[in-house]
Amino acid sequence: MNPLAVIGRLFLGFLQAIGDLTLFAGRAVAQGVSGPWYPRTIVRQMIDIGYYSLPVVGLTAIFTGMVLALQSHTGFSRFEAQSAVATIVVLSMTRELGPVLAGLMVAGRVGASMAAEIGTMRVTEQIDALTTLSTDPFKYLVWPRLLAGLLMLPLLVLVADVIGVFGGYLVGIYKLGFGPEEYIRRTWEFLEVQDVVSGLVKAAVFGFLVALMGCYQGYHSRGGAQGVGAATTKAVVSASILILTANYVVTEIFFSR
Amino acid sequence: MTLQDAATSAKIRIRDLHKSFGEKQVLAGIDLDVAEGESLVVIGGSGTGKSVLLKCILGIMQPDRGSIQIDGQEVTGLGRRGREQVMQKFGMLFQGAALFDSLPVWENVAFGLLQAKKLGRTEARARAVETLARVGLGPDVADLSPAELSGGMQKRVGLGRAIATQPEILFFDEPTTGLDPIMADVINELIARSVRQLGATAISITHDLASARKIADRIAMLYRGKIVWQGPVGQIDDSGNPYVDQFIHGRAEGPIQLDVRAA
Repeated sequence: MNPLAVIGRLFLGFLQAIGDLTLFAGRAVAQGVSGPWYPRTIVRQMIDIGYYSLPVVGLTAIFTGMVLALQSHTGFSRFEAQSAVATIVVLSMTRELGPVLAGLMVAGRVGASMAAEIGTMRVTEQIDALTTLSTDPFKYLVWPRLLAGLLMLPLLVLVADVIGVFGGYLVGIYKLGFGPEEYIRRTWEFLEVQDVVSGLVKAAVFGFLVALMGCYQGYHSRGGAQGVGAATTKAVVSASILILTANYVVTEIFFSR
Repeated sequence: MTLQDAATSAKIRIRDLHKSFGEKQVLAGIDLDVAEGESLVVIGGSGTGKSVLLKCILGIMQPDRGSIQIDGQEVTGLGRRGREQVMQKFGMLFQGAALFDSLPVWENVAFGLLQAKKLGRTEARARAVETLARVGLGPDVADLSPAELSGGMQKRVGLGRAIATQPEILFFDEPTTGLDPIMADVINELIARSVRQLGATAISITHDLASARKIADRIAMLYRGKIVWQGPVGQIDDSGNPYVDQFIHGRAEGPIQLDVRAA
């Protein structure tokens, strides 16, 4: 086959996927906002995403904060700048590692389970059953998940920021010989509102993307157990890639202001 | 009654319905009328387009061409809001029951009442328990999860969910598939009784002839996307139609060719 044709076909497929996804998201938001709302489903999703992801995200955050303190100390001590450790930890956590790592962990935990649940509902005709009961699957299944992702990931990231800074604090105090007051003072010293806010905006975007990919892949799964498995894999992989891409885009927007 | 009257008084009126998936033509020009209060059973082998026919009427799939009228209203190409309105007339029992496994049994049965009819939870629950009694299940089942039920029980709950909103039109997709003969008969009885009590118009699709004989007023046979025969249930044994004869006697030889691929 003509290699150019292969490239062209791949590119067209890529564009079509983007179009499909955009239409899916647009339909979910338009349908969801126009109501009726399903508060019980929304609350259940919020608990699932926010509360039950806490252990995973907390563990990730504390070890990340700890290793950040160690590594930045190694680097900065080479030119006598150890005092920057606390600042490096808090800026890295709030601006970058908090949202990205929490996003990736939630993609693995929540995105996968959304894809599996909605995918199973698709192949067992439960989504068709919703339609026959005059209930729009976009309002009942997709929108509550998107909304829960959008609202809960910023809260998770806020917790992750605090835990991550605490991890850095522990290492700073017990291993690197900082005084507690000094470490905390240096943590606050150069921290700006925008550092935290940009991280929370990222978190909201990532939460939306994770839920979107979980719902989209699940909704379009085909062909029984194997199809649901494939949808789950695709949901996690595509959400992770989108998170890393969107991370650059959002950083660029905040950076250029 | 003239032909014109018959057409206008039909609850469901289908004309020239076509649907293809890629190369494969699944529905190749279906014409079908179902009168108000009539129970029609569509028979045919696997992969002859029976499910696709139901899904087109329900709007889950869009037909390529043709017309579907319900109470004289054209429903192909209906917008989302109009479709939801029309769906209020429908109840459907799915092949695998398709119960929502995240909800307890009573919320499954009351789903249409809670969502579409906006009933309060206490009242909806009471109605659900009533409906469960009508399909032969006790109130103790109400709080179980669907996964705790056997296949036959799930079918009963599915039937309960379909009839709970007292729909005008009921669809049954392979209602007895996967059940033992006794449970199948119980489900057939329940279906026949529910349809009669509601005075509903019903379309069932099945390849189980015992089931068809029990719930049908009229039978239509589907083969390769077309209706090859239709008539009152009493005439099925002497239809004189080679397709029907081959199907009801379960013979491998005859005009019906088996397709390998699913629709």
